[in-house]
Amino acid sequence: MRTLLVGVKRVPDYNVRMRLRPDGALAMEGMKLALNPFDEIALEEALRLRERGLADEVVVATIAPADAQAQLRTALAMGATRAIHVVHAESVEPLDVARLLLALVQREQPLAVLLGKQAVDEDHSQTGQMLAALWNRPQVTFASQITFNGETARVNREVDAGTEVLDIDLPAVFTTDLRLNQPRYIKLPDIMKAKQKPLQTITPAELGVTVRQRLKSVAYTAPAARSKGRLVADAAELVKELRQRGVLR
Amino acid sequence: MSAVLIIAEHNGRELNSATARCVTCAASLPGARITVAVFAANAAVAQQAAAIQGVAEVLSVCDEVNAHALAATLAPQIVALAAPYELLLAAATTFGKDLMPRVAALLDAPQVSDICAIETSRRFRRPIFAGNIIATVDAGSEPKVVGTVRAASYQAATTGGSAPVRDVARPDVPLPTHTRFIELSAPKSDRPDLQSAARVVSGGRGFGSAENFQLLYRLADKIGAAVGASRAAVDAGFAANEMQVGQTGKIVAPELYVAVGISGAIQHLTGIKDARTIVAINKDAEAPIFEVADLGLVGDLFKILPEIEAALGG
Repeated sequence: MRTLLVGVKRVPDYNVRMRLRPDGALAMEGMKLALNPFDEIALEEALRLRERGLADEVVVATIAPADAQAQLRTALAMGATRAIHVVHAESVEPLDVARLLLALVQREQPLAVLLGKQAVDEDHSQTGQMLAALWNRPQVTFASQITFNGETARVNREVDAGTEVLDIDLPAVFTTDLRLNQPRYIKLPDIMKAKQKPLQTITPAELGVTVRQRLKSVAYTAPAARSKGRLVADAAELVKELRQRGVLR
Repeated sequence: MSAVLIIAEHNGRELNSATARCVTCAASLPGARITVAVFAANAAVAQQAAAIQGVAEVLSVCDEVNAHALAATLAPQIVALAAPYELLLAAATTFGKDLMPRVAALLDAPQVSDICAIETSRRFRRPIFAGNIIATVDAGSEPKVVGTVRAASYQAATTGGSAPVRDVARPDVPLPTHTRFIELSAPKSDRPDLQSAARVVSGGRGFGSAENFQLLYRLADKIGAAVGASRAAVDAGFAANEMQVGQTGKIVAPELYVAVGISGAIQHLTGIKDARTIVAINKDAEAPIFEVADLGLVGDLFKILPEIEAALGG
């Protein structure tokens, strides 16, 4: 069985602006939660690889509190074959997420693991690289094109200087960038079908992983706001003003 | 005293200015002793690192395996050299973002990403939720912490220093062969680099087409600016991927940032908020970009850009 493992995270909807409560905590109450958009891209890519006959099943996994099943059902409705829910009440740091995913990798023996390049809540951008390190396998971060060629893959990465092309041996870890694909819309019958798909729950202890907090968030603050400037009347005034400020010659 | 190791970023010939910004970040830690490690196939970059003010020592690991920066190859070498250091840093560029978590995992150390302020060697500030919130995180008594530095939050340290360069043999650790560099396709351009340019002009969906972006290139060349784009403009195919400015693209901190036809989504604003002067040109007076702009001009960009060119003169 050629398995693709996709890691997904439940995050606050990226369209909603996170605010602070008067007591300085994150205003999470009533926040609409959704799949991390970069993880949806990872899942979409795995589904396309399966549809091209390059894999047999797509297993989606999350590490989240018990009430996160709705997001796994969404992933199943998109087309994942089955889901694994590692239940843990508190937030888990990337290194422990990587250790939990490694335990799943050892059970599932996937051909590849796909994840979003970052989650839009904490913006760490660490988990995929850490998993690849612990697994001692190649990592392809910020992937914008993935082509499987038997035991290897040819990939494009979006890097600051342009596009980097790598050849890697499989199995490997891929983290997906925005322009890899456009995730599909879910149709109503798929939502009904997803309810019947297998969803396994398991605990970190059952996977032999002890989760611990190494980084403590001790305070949240609002970023320093830029003050609103003024409008100029026309291009001539703009150029004159910029010259006066010394930012244009 | 805090021993800090900074992993230099370079293209094989030149040190990336983000490395000097990391030095400024590390130097904000009282009593920091800063070592810069250069992994390269030649010794030229190590000399450039030695010239950064504030650097105590440069480690030069000169070996053909380091001709191209591959995280899978670099991480085991860094880990082999990591024993004396309690804080390991690189810039939060695609280089540092790719590499440092691999290092952290091998060291069994926590990583703090996108550091925008250092309070102590174990307490840092970093943006979360696309920059809407700044979190202060504390690593307690962890023996080692790995971090990436939000380069736009720091000025580049000046040159003129002369730190000793210590040649270090490639550590005797097994290096993987499972990851092979094929090529880097970089756009040919005489314009300044987007992330280190003093002036940046960026275009958004308001341009309507890739052809119309030529107007922006003309303005950029007139004032010696790099060219960026909003995510909407890149998604629409008006500009290349590597031109995207914002939280999910490149974070910039130029002296002058000119946003043309960009409405100002939060993730874009997060990527430009450290610019010294922001100029917004947009036909919609209600666009969020005007909330952060120092100078705003409401109107049709196709009319305004030629007028700016004219006002700049020959």
